[in-house]
Formats: sequence, structure tokens, C-alpha cells
Amino acid sequence: MTQALLAIEDLHVSYRGHDSTAHILDGVDITIGRGQSVGLVGESGSGKSTVAFALLGLLGDNAEVSTRRAAFDGRETSLGMDEATALRGTDIAMIFQDPMTALNPMFTIGTQLVDIQRRRFPRQSRRSLWARAETMLADVGVPDVAARMHRYPHEFSGGMRQRVVIAMALLVEPKLLIADEPTTALDATIEAQVVEVLDRLRQRTSASMLVVSHSMGLIAELCDSVIVMYAGTVVEHGPVHVVFSRPRHPYTRALLACEIDPYAAFDLSQDLATIPGTVPDPAFRPQGCIFASRCPARHDRCSERPPRRQTGEGRTYSCWQEAA
Amino acid sequence: MAHPVLTLDNAVVRYDRLTAVDNISLELRRGETLGLIGESGCGKSSIARAIVGLQPLAEGTLAVEGETLKDASRQRRLILQRRIQLLFQDPVASLSPRLTVRALLSEPLKIRNAFTAENWGRIVALAESIGLGEQLLSRYPHQLSGGQARRVALIRVLAAEPSIIVADEPTAGLDISVQGDLLNLLRALKDHLGLSYLLISHNLNVIGRVADRVAVMYLGRIVESGPTAALFRGPAHPYTQALLSANLTLDPSRRHERIVLSGELPSPAHPPAGCRFHSRCPLVQPKCATEAPALRTDEDGRAVACHFPLAARPAVIPQAIAG
Repeated sequence: MTQALLAIEDLHVSYRGHDSTAHILDGVDITIGRGQSVGLVGESGSGKSTVAFALLGLLGDNAEVSTRRAAFDGRETSLGMDEATALRGTDIAMIFQDPMTALNPMFTIGTQLVDIQRRRFPRQSRRSLWARAETMLADVGVPDVAARMHRYPHEFSGGMRQRVVIAMALLVEPKLLIADEPTTALDATIEAQVVEVLDRLRQRTSASMLVVSHSMGLIAELCDSVIVMYAGTVVEHGPVHVVFSRPRHPYTRALLACEIDPYAAFDLSQDLATIPGTVPDPAFRPQGCIFASRCPARHDRCSERPPRRQTGEGRTYSCWQEAA
Repeated sequence: MAHPVLTLDNAVVRYDRLTAVDNISLELRRGETLGLIGESGCGKSSIARAIVGLQPLAEGTLAVEGETLKDASRQRRLILQRRIQLLFQDPVASLSPRLTVRALLSEPLKIRNAFTAENWGRIVALAESIGLGEQLLSRYPHQLSGGQARRVALIRVLAAEPSIIVADEPTAGLDISVQGDLLNLLRALKDHLGLSYLLISHNLNVIGRVADRVAVMYLGRIVESGPTAALFRGPAHPYTQALLSANLTLDPSRRHERIVLSGELPSPAHPPAGCRFHSRCPLVQPKCATEAPALRTDEDGRAVACHFPLAARPAVIPQAIAG
């Protein structure tokens, strides 16, 4: 069996305050196979962006990170600052949410696309790096590349800027591409174009992908498997079609029930689904199941940490409830 | 027949030389939710601003309950304009952190010198009815949950006793688990107080679920409008069809029917001649580049501005969404 590109067990991230410690991630496991595309879905406060930032070494200096085991590309890593910095921009690249802030307004696109490659290909000439950049830019669907290379970010539309950012991430030929809400800032018809670009890349490159998003539609579109996070823990994990069509964890179920399908038969006077209650304060996490206070199926045992269960379809979920 | 509660007739909104809203007519009927969808720069927020009086109409008229604002006296105009209230995109951010809930709720009454025991009692009762008990009145915004803060912002909007609420992206930035809470609340208040809503959103799922009727905008014009279910299931304008098909879905069977438009949205400062959508339309014909199609309404209340609407040629064009 080939080894997974990324395997992290029991990832914890916390921030120490003056009188309490906020546990942002509490025992997160992530495995990404080579060439696989994994989605990380959850609402605000679920810790999904913290996972991505931990992989990139972009957490604040006061973050305390620990793992039982972490390996990237066959090598053990501590996810420490130095190691993450070495991987960032070479083996791991990121597509940021807001393409305007990810690009420097003072330099032309061409210069930025060349500079990003310097660490990866230190011996190549500017001319050859420029040519690579041009090819890549055309590849992600930017028209009239030769002229566009000399333009500044503000001269691009939102959709084109996001393509530049995608090209930038791909130019370093990363083994892992992290996309944090890659289409959230885009209009619907432009989002469809960018999704198409990402989907094409996914099928063509050998890079693995981690897509971080609150949009289950985007994850369904781009990923093979999905990790559902709630309040810093993984509640369910498995192939996208398995988890989305037959969710097992009560949180996944509740979340999917909140998705609106405007084509389904419905009664206008019928209430929309919600999840009552709020996400627990990371400084005061409850002892047992983290979702218990909002769970419709809660019972006495939920005050203890739930076991991780497996179903035959390559899915795991953490709940006291047996497969219903 | 009763007047529509709000009528916008041939409205034009201009910012210098940019025409953001180009000759748009809309009717909002009593008790209905009208959804307005379209992408950035299509002019949907400009319509909201014009309706609530933040931006003057360059041309055209706005009438509230059949009374044209332009023809009314200054005093009457203020009264009519007050019947239309704007619900901000991030209602919670509109709450001053330095005021208690009591001060926040009484402020709109005090502004119009209407702070009487009767009016205040009405506000408190309304707050109570949506789950804001009296014990919350002495709290500050940071001591409220997100849901409570949304309710406070809503009551402030309702303090002016509006009959029309214009909500511009009310669910943007909300987690999906609380989005339903706001929409349920809006519907309950609508039924309870006899309100009508103009709901502006780029979220097609939200519009498709809560709006009675929908108008689709592209570059300052309405390209299609009609009852929500009929329009979602059988779009007549190629832009509506593409927009609806671009909506990301969890249902794999619907996914392969996506129509990905080529090109970018043209700048509203220089809209294309003829049909404004012709530069991106997958079904463009020579006529589309020269002649702007008029918005024609049929007997079912559906209107479309296209020389070659989709319903007329179902054999050639696969429906994006099966009914």
C-alpha cells in the first residue's frame, strides 16, 4: 500500500490566556492520500482554518501545537515553525480566500508569479520562470496572457485574480494544495468557472488537495472524502457520497438538514431547519461529547467522551449512538 | 383592485455617468416576499438604496400604497418614506456597543418623537413575542447571543411601524445553522404584522425557498421575473438558466447539467449594445447584438426580456433543471 502524503494523529492547538486556556483543536486526525482531494467542512468556530494554518505554520507565536504523530511525504514532522516554513511555498501551497489581499498591489502579476518560484527553482533564469508562469496562467484560463503578465492586480477582475492566485500556488508544483474558501468571494457564474478550473486541475495534477470551506456544495463538487468538524473536533469522516447521502453523526445530519434545496417540495409556511444553541466556548469545553448540549439524541452517556465508530464504507464517526 | 404596496415605475439610478439601474419597473404586493437576484454590479443594491430613499431616482417614480412620492407634500413624503425600512446586511454591526438593549430599542421612537408609554409597550410586547424577555433590556450587545442581537436589530427596524422591509443580503455571513433562524423570524413577523419584503440576495437557495416571486437582474435591467417555483424549474432567459445551474448542489444528478458562462461580467459603465447579455450568452443570435429585447409579460405573470426565450425552443436546449 502506498503511504499517505499527510498523516496527522491527535492534533491539538491551544492558546493560553491569563486565566484560562482556549483549546481550538482537540484531537484532530487527518489523513490525505496521494492525489486525493479532502474537504474540511464546518461552521464558524469549528477550527477548520486552524487546521490549514497549522499545516502551513501560519499560526500565531502564542499557539501551542502538539501531535501524537505527524508525517508528511514519508517524513516525520513536529509541525514546528521551522519545518512548516520549509515546506510552505515548496511542498505545500495555499490558495487564499481573498485574491486581492493575497497579491501585492505594488508589483505586476508577472513579477509575482516569477518570485513565487524562486525558492522552488533557485537555479532557473528569470526568462524561463517567466515562460513557466505564462504557460500556467494560460492553463487556468486567463486570456491574452502575454499582455496580462505586465498588469497589476487591480487591473484584474475578481475571477481573474483568483485564477492568478491558483496559478501562483500551482507554479511551485506542490505535493499538497490547500484551498481556503477558494470561491467564497466570487459571484455565482464566476464561481462556476473557478470550480471548473479547480476540478480540471484536480484530475490532471498529481497534487493532493485540502479544500477548507463552509460550503458543502463546493466540497461535494471537488472532493473525494470529507472531514466534518465541530468545535475543534472531527465528528465524522468518510467518502463524500457516503457522508452526504447517509450522514451518521447527529451534527452532520443537523447541518445537512439546514441546507436548503429550492427544488424540493416544500410548504412556504413551514419552518426552516436550524441547530438551536451555540458552539461551546473553547476555553470551557464540556467533558463528554462536544455536541451534546445541542444534540437532539442526547442521553446520559453523552457526558463521557464518545467512542469512534466505523461503518463498512470507510467512514468513521464519534458518537455513543449505534448506527441508526 | 388594491394597490401594490410598493410600485417602482421606469426607475433609473445614476452615479455620475454610470447608470446602475436602467429603467426598471417593480411591483411589491401586500404580504408578499419579492426576491431580487443577480451578480455584483447588476444594480440590486442600488434599487434598495433608491427605494429606502438613500439615493434619488434620476428618472421614474416610486409609489407607496398607490401614492407617488414625487407628487406628495414634504410632510406626506416623510410619512410614506418611513413605511419603508432597510434591514442592514450585518444587523448586529448596526448596534452601538455603548447602548443597552433598552436604549437601542427606544432610540428609533425617540428619533421621531414617538416615545410614548403606548408605543414603548408595543415594542416590549413585540420583543417578548420573538423571545427577547424583559430581563435582556439592561444588557449590552456584547452580552447577547448572535440570535438575540439579530432580534434587537430587527425590532429597531420594526419600531417605525413599516409596511415594507427591504432586506439587502440579510443572511450573508451567517452560518447555515442560524440562517434558518433569521428566515423563520422574518416570516413569522411578516405574517404577524402584515409586512411585505423585498429580499435581495445572491444566495439562490434562500431566495428559492422563501420568495413568492423572483426578479433576476443583469447589468441594471430585469431580464426575467415570475413566480419562484415556475422560474426556478423552467427558466426562460438564458442568463437565469446559467445562473441557476451555477448554484453548487449536493445532488450529484444535477451537477453535470451546469452551464458555465464564458467571460466576465461587463462593466455597468459600458454595457454591451443590444441585449446586455449577448456577449456571454451561449445562444446568441445576430439580432441580439443590435436590438435590445423588451421585457414581455405573459398571462401567468412571467416576464422575460429575450428575443429567443428558452420555453420557445425546448427541443434544442436541455433544461438545466428538471422540474
